[in-house]
Amino acid sequence: MASAMVNITASVLDWVSLAFDAPTKAVVFGVPIDGHLVVEVLLVVVILFQLTRKSYKPPKKPLTEKEIDELCDEWVPEPLTPQITEDMTDDAPILESAAGPHAIVNGKEVLNFASANYLGLIGNEKITDSCVGALEKYGVGSCGPRGFYGTIDVHLDCEQKIAKFLGTPDSILYSYGISTIFSVIPAFCKKGDIIVADEGVHWAVQNGLYLSRSTVAYFKHNDMKSLENKLEEVTRRSKHPEKIRRYIVVESIYQNSGQIAPLDEILRLKEKYRFRIILDESHSFGVLGNSGRGLAEQCGVPIEKIDIITAGMGNALATDGGFCTGSVRVVDHQRLSSAGYVFSASLPPYLASAAIAAVDHLEENPSILANLRANIATLFNELSDVPGLVVASHLLSPIVFLKLKKSTGSDKADMHLLESIAKRVLEEDSVLIVTTKRSSLDKCPLPIGLRLFVSASHSESDLLKAATSLKRVAALVLS
Amino acid sequence: MVRLTYQIALTTLLSYGILFVFGKLRDLFEKLLDWSKSNDPQGYAPICSGFQDFYTRRMYQRAKDCGGRPIASAPDVWIDVVERYSNDNNKTLHRTERTTKCLNLGSYNYLGFAAADEYCTPRVIRSLKQYSVSTCSVRVDGGTTKLHTELEKLVARFVGKPAAIIFGMGYATNSVIIPALVSKGDLIISDSLNHNSIVNGARASGAAVQVFEHNNPSHLEEVLREQIAHGQPRKYRPWKKILVIIEGIYSMEGELCRLPEIMAICKKYKAYTYLDEAHSIGAVGKTGRGVCELLDVDPADVDIMMGTFTKSFGSCGGYIAASKEIIQHLKRTCPAHLYATSMSPPSVQQVISAMEVILGEDGTNRGAKKLAQVRESSNFFRSELQNMGFEVLGDNDSPVMPIMIYNPGKISAFSRECLNQNLAVVIVAYPATPLLLARARICISAAHTRKDLIKGLEVISKVGDLVGIKYLPVGPLNRKAKDLSKLDLIKIE
Repeated sequence: MASAMVNITASVLDWVSLAFDAPTKAVVFGVPIDGHLVVEVLLVVVILFQLTRKSYKPPKKPLTEKEIDELCDEWVPEPLTPQITEDMTDDAPILESAAGPHAIVNGKEVLNFASANYLGLIGNEKITDSCVGALEKYGVGSCGPRGFYGTIDVHLDCEQKIAKFLGTPDSILYSYGISTIFSVIPAFCKKGDIIVADEGVHWAVQNGLYLSRSTVAYFKHNDMKSLENKLEEVTRRSKHPEKIRRYIVVESIYQNSGQIAPLDEILRLKEKYRFRIILDESHSFGVLGNSGRGLAEQCGVPIEKIDIITAGMGNALATDGGFCTGSVRVVDHQRLSSAGYVFSASLPPYLASAAIAAVDHLEENPSILANLRANIATLFNELSDVPGLVVASHLLSPIVFLKLKKSTGSDKADMHLLESIAKRVLEEDSVLIVTTKRSSLDKCPLPIGLRLFVSASHSESDLLKAATSLKRVAALVLS
Repeated sequence: MVRLTYQIALTTLLSYGILFVFGKLRDLFEKLLDWSKSNDPQGYAPICSGFQDFYTRRMYQRAKDCGGRPIASAPDVWIDVVERYSNDNNKTLHRTERTTKCLNLGSYNYLGFAAADEYCTPRVIRSLKQYSVSTCSVRVDGGTTKLHTELEKLVARFVGKPAAIIFGMGYATNSVIIPALVSKGDLIISDSLNHNSIVNGARASGAAVQVFEHNNPSHLEEVLREQIAHGQPRKYRPWKKILVIIEGIYSMEGELCRLPEIMAICKKYKAYTYLDEAHSIGAVGKTGRGVCELLDVDPADVDIMMGTFTKSFGSCGGYIAASKEIIQHLKRTCPAHLYATSMSPPSVQQVISAMEVILGEDGTNRGAKKLAQVRESSNFFRSELQNMGFEVLGDNDSPVMPIMIYNPGKISAFSRECLNQNLAVVIVAYPATPLLLARARICISAAHTRKDLIKGLEVISKVGDLVGIKYLPVGPLNRKAKDLSKLDLIKIE
């Protein structure tokens, strides 16, 4: 068997070599054509033929018009909003008077702890008079953005007044409280910049961080060790830290928890790692510090060390809108590149004149700050032994934040408990307090709770009444 | 439709080129002479580096005095413009005590409610004394007053929808509502010339965004068909829902949107519609109800109607009007409703009073007279400008009319010369418009008398001759294709 194979192979090889070496009589252009040349030429021709063939690809068939029509008919969109269930009805209390410490809600008089009227300026005579003058002179709206004849002299006066009060070179006014921070952050932070922010910042800050497209790292709420670790990690990870802009974003008084940021610690870290700081002082402007100049005065820090300060004026100053202040470069830059300033109508003039009157009042009567501080201390002490609830805010914070001692485990059940407490307190004792409401777009991980906003114009009996009512209802609901 | 000829485009580009070269030379000198001075402390990256603010420092700064002019009076028909001076080439502008009385053709005051009004102001002052300046609280906590609920019902009735919700700022209305309605997995198809607030809202929502050619319903149809057929890119799943966003009057073009055709297409392809009537509510339509009334579209067909109170009602803030379910959903999730201080009560009262005047519920026919006046004045002004040879954009009945200027040198000259002759105009250039298409924008008000308009026309004509912006042939409106075909036109999208 094997020898037969060997014989056949040998004879085939003989024939092939015969064919190769067979002398032919052909001579082309002086080159004798041997047999092997023919075979080689044939091989080359076959190779060239294969190379010129196209490789096989499955044919691309775009959708025909009829097929697109069918797909469009088949497609069913989701409804624009989810199904509305029974518990989703809107039942906000309706005020029939000014939101001072005693307000008329749904027909009866209540003790109002739901307004951030920290200095008690709602209903102030001087402010009302200046507003009436402004309304008669300028009307209500400003009818245009700042660049198109919407800049009225009261705006410029208000900006200068605030800058002088705080001790900074200049400031810029915005027409809506929450739009201040979510316009300022994207104006300074662009793609590729680094931001380290507290995880408990409120929604407007989160929105600003998202719109800025920068790399954002969150540190544990008000935890300086966690902040330092994050700064270290972020600086180590980036290749050229001096060439990119880096910011720390914190609030002075967090409205989601009532905690106060330790500014001197943060400044030490900022200078060590070379970050700039953006501080949102919405709830501390006009509240903290000996003369109400905010967290910097409270901590004894010179104001120039904080790069950018923003604040909404809808709290202590009892008006609307917001401002941002800092160095000349910081403020000038926003006049052309801050979306909420350039593309939006400016603040109504009467609100700007109310802000000027409010700052004047604060400068002339610094004793209201002492009243406010005393009220906060009283309420803080009174509420320290409410059954089932614990005070989670700082003892200087005008937002007194109470959270459940033992959470039920589910956010919805917690919310239900807290809302029933607030409802009973309002119906039975006529005290208006509020629960923290979270939007589905809010990513804050802090627990929800009850909030009381303390005002300088609350009397001692008001505070005692609120505390007793809360203790009574909490004992009933949470037992 | 902008008709940009080659000649104009080349001269405009040349002007920008010269400005660019001079700007670069100045930057070079600054670097050489001040190399030791640095604004930022050691180790910190500058807030704005090199080329990022080149346009602001070297081009915009030359014309900085034309924008942001402060006024010392109400933004009414005649305003007191504060005079400013600068000692350092417009880097810092200082106020003086002197003012000039000018005719105001720039403020958004379509129905004349800007200054104190005989019906509105007493009521506003009364509400100020009752509810005070601000509630210092968010709507869901303790910031809802009777005025807010009254206004929401009134807005819903005015616009023709079942329910409405109001906010304190028009810009925030768009940028905060869109994320509450759409999210990842949805598609937004928006007009290419939509306002910055819509762009910001679309970006913040996390949904995919596609753009269709400005006011072109057939391109919208193409985009819709392609997107529905192909679904989400890379994943090939179908879109969860599609939202088409358009505006009633585009403020930089002055034109009305082609609402009936766009609505028909959206209905056919089951897309939801969002109509932003910032400039058209209260200003167009026989009874001031906006583009739906003007173009004969049933408001029930549009899913979400948005508008602002700044322009025609002389106040501040915005609203959304839609079905009861959508409004209830928004009241539970919209961050502006849950976190922002509620709208100031006197502003709310101003809108209520202004709407009562427009609807005729104040017992007079002032509203109807104002609406007729603004329509008549706009049409008169527009046709006169076109007769003089200016290139005016926009449709009839729209109170916004941009006049094309193109050249950067001419823009600042036009603005300053008009101010010298006591006329206050608004100029818009890059980046609010494309680089080559700078323009001046006129906004007509119902409070302008015929005499005011004629004075305005005289000044504009004189300054137009001086500056050289009468690009089109003079004469009555015979702008047929054959007249314009003589010019060599560049197609502008």
